[in-house]
Amino acid sequence: MAYNLKTLTEKEERITGGHRMCAGCGAPIVVRTVLRALKPEDHAVIGVATGCLEVSTCLYPYTAWKDSFIHSAFENAAATVSGAEAAYRALAKVGKVKGTTKFIAFGGDGGTYDIGFQALSGAMERGHDMVYVCYDNEAYMNTGIQRSSSTPKYADTTTSPAGSEIPGKVQFKKDLTMIMAAHNIPYVAQTAPFRNLKDLYEKAEKALYTPGPAFLNVLAPCPRGWRYNTPQLMEIVRLAIETCVWPLYEVIEGKFILNYKPKNKLPVVEYLKPQGRFRHLFTKENEGLLDEIQKEVDRRWNRLLELCGEA
Amino acid sequence: MAIKDKLSGNEAIAVAMRQIDPDVVAAFPITPSTEVPQYFSQFVANGQVHTEFVAVESEHSAMSACIGAEAAGARTMTATSSQGLALMWEMLYIAASLRLPIVMSVINRALSGPINIHNDHSDSMGARDSGWIQLYCENNQEAYDNLIQAIRIAEHKDVQLPVMVCYDGFITSHAVENIELIEDEKVKEFIGEYKPQYSLLDRDNPISMGPLDMPAFYFEHKRAQAEAMKNAKRVILEVAQEFEKLTGRKYGYFEEYKMEDAEVGIVIMNSTAGTAKFVVNELRKQGIKAGLIKLRVFRPFPFEELGKALSHLKAVAIMDKAESFSTAGGPLFTEVRSAMFDYAKDTKAVSYIYGLGGRDVRPDEIMGVYKDLLEIARTGQVKSTFNYLGVRE
Ligand SMILES: Cc1ncc(C[n+]2csc(CCOP(=O)(O)OP(=O)(O)O)c2C)c(N)n1
Ligand code: SF4
Ligand SMILES: [Mg+2]
Repeated sequence: MAYNLKTLTEKEERITGGHRMCAGCGAPIVVRTVLRALKPEDHAVIGVATGCLEVSTCLYPYTAWKDSFIHSAFENAAATVSGAEAAYRALAKVGKVKGTTKFIAFGGDGGTYDIGFQALSGAMERGHDMVYVCYDNEAYMNTGIQRSSSTPKYADTTTSPAGSEIPGKVQFKKDLTMIMAAHNIPYVAQTAPFRNLKDLYEKAEKALYTPGPAFLNVLAPCPRGWRYNTPQLMEIVRLAIETCVWPLYEVIEGKFILNYKPKNKLPVVEYLKPQGRFRHLFTKENEGLLDEIQKEVDRRWNRLLELCGEA
Repeated sequence: MAIKDKLSGNEAIAVAMRQIDPDVVAAFPITPSTEVPQYFSQFVANGQVHTEFVAVESEHSAMSACIGAEAAGARTMTATSSQGLALMWEMLYIAASLRLPIVMSVINRALSGPINIHNDHSDSMGARDSGWIQLYCENNQEAYDNLIQAIRIAEHKDVQLPVMVCYDGFITSHAVENIELIEDEKVKEFIGEYKPQYSLLDRDNPISMGPLDMPAFYFEHKRAQAEAMKNAKRVILEVAQEFEKLTGRKYGYFEEYKMEDAEVGIVIMNSTAGTAKFVVNELRKQGIKAGLIKLRVFRPFPFEELGKALSHLKAVAIMDKAESFSTAGGPLFTEVRSAMFDYAKDTKAVSYIYGLGGRDVRPDEIMGVYKDLLEIARTGQVKSTFNYLGVRE
């Protein structure tokens, strides 16, 4: 069936409104779209790592989750959900489960690229039938915008502040999607809430209904940390994609597929400019830094084109 | 008919786990507990259990996976030691606060640093305030018996708390002893089927677990958890009574050895109790009224019962196989003495820290402790409250 956002939004929502995430936050859109890809008859067990998403959606005595939900800690969403999935298999053997249950873990970039990386790698390697979704907002937002290994180079964060000597974070962003592809699991994809959400929805559906482990890395902008105007969310995502800062691709059984090739690759400054976290780069003396970022984006993009057979 | 066998502590635990046939076991190797998941994974490989064995990449993930599994309604078990338990620390509290009846064998080993694979109790003592029930075992038989009882205690509707069954690394875990096993069907019958009240897999009643609690609720949740621990005191005895009917073996909060007429005694845990009983027997031959209390249940702490049990002594030594660095005695001493303040005010109490990092504890050393106690009993004077046993100063 052809993708149609309008009909899909008629499906019952599995995360309610009234949660406490900020206006203009990418994460709830990511979650809602991923959950929309579940078949209505399937039940889900959803694990969430400590972070903005968790503290804003499950504040006792309220919950925004209509499926079964568990939060245990920051670094272990993958391990926690892997245990639930093992329970499902064990109880299925003795005829104690009804219907189909899907297992999903959500973690922020901190809970995924950094502190939860080991648990993620372990769970994926063990082959649990689960989907791990990283909502990547490129810093530890819940604790007040500290840098993570996902934070892009020269971004101003509260632990990589732009100062008179050091212009923000000094390292490039870790390429987690490639690292997960190297796990040789059945499905890995990089996506974002782009345009009518088709790319994200379809990848979520594939991830959920491909047997075995799957990993989705989803760009999820944060207006507080990135310092853009809240209504600009979708525009920021579009610019990340059109500049090739965040390419959309998937890796199915080891085969790389590019899902979107900008007709007109935009210069990276178009993406950086509307974001306050890069404001300090737009001075005469920091021009070289912008060139450096552009070079690295080009290098990674060209490599991806090669991997996808598009070079 | 009970089955007579010869097994090491770890083998006995693995056999108990086979008989329990849990839904999920998630574990990570660490000496001296490694054999438990090893033996158990062989049972899995041979199809002797229906368990999903999750060979996780760390103990933090072991406990996290246990939490996920137990929350999903699976009877879940694991085993660890020392650094493994230390790495689980964060998750121990979460398992208890989520009220998940996970059962874990803790094969006691010293904590780093320096790294040391031998026995003391610093690992499980470090977890004493995590909200887990803690049962301690003198020998293989007790380890086996306690593990089976632990399932019933943990899953009881008035408790719903995780349980650690602690026994001494190498001394108990690796030494082969005679043991009496219960028949498979009888174990099955004793533990019964696990029917959790709530589960993530109950699709008709979806629940959210592990919310953020603001100050308006956190305290009440902790208070309810403390109440469950109080209930555990009752349930531990109820389960012990049923277990006695099944096996003839008697369990309580602690074992009193030659205590009725004792004038001096020691309070001790795990395998060293065996050595100390030998010493008590020797002293009794000389007409000295020595006794011993071996604590089985450290959490919940049998405050009143233990305090009262010491009230008729003239002097007692509380023996800790863990250092707390408080400079005021080990953790067992602190708690026992606190109970004595209410129930055994006239009994003099002294602390001995012994056997750290697997340092052997010889009968003559324990004899020395009783000699010190006799001196205190005779003079009514305590020369030194805080003592170390068998260390070069
Ligand atoms: C072990 C541990 N260390 C630190 C924290 C504090 N902490 C909670 S959330 C968080 C950052 C979360 O960042 P991320 O995963 O990127 O999610 P976000 O809040 O950005 O959505 C930190 C550092 C914690 N809860 N647990
Ligand atoms: S701080 Fe950022 S990530 Fe967190 S809820 Fe607000 S917008 Fe979303
Ligand atoms: Mg983040």
